[in-house]
Amino acid sequence: MTATTPTVDAAGVSKRYGDRYAVRGVDLTLGAGECVALVGHNGAGKSSLIKLMLGLTTLTEGTLRVLGHDPSGRAGTAMRRRIGFLPETIAFNPSMTGRECLDFYARLKGAPPAGNPALLERVGLEPEAVRRRIGTYSKGMRQRLGLAQALLGEPRLLFLDEPTTGLDPALRQSFYDIVRGLRDAGTTVLLCSHALTELEGQADRVIVMNRGRKVAEGSLATLRTLAQLPVRIRLTLPDGSTDAVEALAGLGGSLTRLAGGVVELACANDDKVGMVRRLACRDLPVQDIEIVQPSLDEMYAHFLRREAAE
Amino acid sequence: MNTLLIIAAKELRDGLRNRWVVATTLLMASLALTLTFLGSAPTGTVGVGPLEVTVVSLSSLTIFLLPLIALLLSFDAVVGEIDRGTMTLLLSYPLARWQVLLGKFLGHTAIVAIATVLGYGAAGAALALGEVEIAAESWQAFAAMIGSSVLLGAAFTALGYLASTLVRDRGTAAGIAVAIWLGFVLLYDMGLLGLVVADEGRTLTAEVVNWLLLANPADAYRLFNLTGFDGVGRVAGTGGLAATAGFTAGTLLAALAAWVAAPLALAAVLFSRRQI
Repeated sequence: MTATTPTVDAAGVSKRYGDRYAVRGVDLTLGAGECVALVGHNGAGKSSLIKLMLGLTTLTEGTLRVLGHDPSGRAGTAMRRRIGFLPETIAFNPSMTGRECLDFYARLKGAPPAGNPALLERVGLEPEAVRRRIGTYSKGMRQRLGLAQALLGEPRLLFLDEPTTGLDPALRQSFYDIVRGLRDAGTTVLLCSHALTELEGQADRVIVMNRGRKVAEGSLATLRTLAQLPVRIRLTLPDGSTDAVEALAGLGGSLTRLAGGVVELACANDDKVGMVRRLACRDLPVQDIEIVQPSLDEMYAHFLRREAAE
Repeated sequence: MNTLLIIAAKELRDGLRNRWVVATTLLMASLALTLTFLGSAPTGTVGVGPLEVTVVSLSSLTIFLLPLIALLLSFDAVVGEIDRGTMTLLLSYPLARWQVLLGKFLGHTAIVAIATVLGYGAAGAALALGEVEIAAESWQAFAAMIGSSVLLGAAFTALGYLASTLVRDRGTAAGIAVAIWLGFVLLYDMGLLGLVVADEGRTLTAEVVNWLLLANPADAYRLFNLTGFDGVGRVAGTGGLAATAGFTAGTLLAALAAWVAAPLALAAVLFSRRQI
């Protein structure tokens, strides 16, 4: 396998259960050192797609190569040595201690268990907690242990399915720090989530899925251009400045009054800079200005609406 | 090979930790000791040793108890792990599905073997410490009984694995396990007896009946222990049966081994096609 071979290469991949398609005609290419986010509702086909790439299920149609191999074939067994997986709902045997559990998975993966204490420390599990039974763990601690097992054996490809559900904000930050470090070291990371806001700034590329199909794909900036959602400029004006509001109405774009004397001007993304320039030319009593880009949530809703309309 | 041992060792450790091993060992030891002491009282000087009596009574008990323990231990093995979500994670590791199945099976069989050897061994030890002199041949029959009991346990563990891979629901798997136990342990012999009586020897010749007995692991086990050794046959009143049954000990053990291998192979095929 050469450096240019994509880590994951899927073409027209479909998975059917009975007469229902869980994944339908998905094309996907993931390269080394890329962090890609897979977003969609529950049942949009994210987990089904990951299961196909892990070789847990077999394809109905299409071709799929993961690390250069067919994941459900004979070579898939060896291929999984280079893959880390954090399932959506992580379940461990509650009677094992954290350390015993990680040692078991390390042996299965052929990774030296001697490196486990360092790994547990890296995901932030206290040495005291590591000696306790998993049955006594909180959701956050189980999730950390889940991440630790996914990182065993220095994987080249990481599947993280809803990794931050149940984590508090501080944990989330340290979680994304770890993911960023891995990506910079050349690991391909595929993140599934519906907590879209926290993916901003983490993912190089976003893939939107709905009902098994890929609806949109691209960097956040590309998706913004594709969605053509309006940019909103929020202006805080002093009380009773009705003249200013009328003046704003003449600038083009639609005007909405929000609470607390805030006025919102919506304009097309291309017109954003022009609009700010026009605003600056008028001598308005503006106290504060804020430019709100369409969030990933809004774009996601937009793509789903468009899909439904078709 | 290594993967198999890692999984088997984990299964065994789980069994030790959740007290399965302790509970079944104690149960089997207490039953074996009770039968040994109750059974050795009436033998007197009829010419049969206390160990033969123990072999007959213990093997009759084993036919009911051990398949039940083995099925209870195994029906949840696959369907339960899929249900709890631990199977998805396990199968994302670099191992083949047959390794998961066989590794878990080895672990569960080890639990059955430990409980049987320690539990029944306690009865043997108690007799060895007693005053009565016991012949080497009797010890042989006793050892064969323990060995074949482990094999019987393995056969029903394998059947439990088949039930566990056959369905998607734990309750259904439990139902199938109970049905397997009822069918092989209780109903099969009754049905066979009814058929023989109704048929009056027209189509069901002795040879056909013999083969039908081989088609049930519990019967193969019974024939092996009650007819395999002279002294035992005399106690059980099955000495005559040994002559007509016409199966060597080897054939009976092979039948038991086939009852381990066939359900396990079928379970492995079903599991490898399963979409998790």
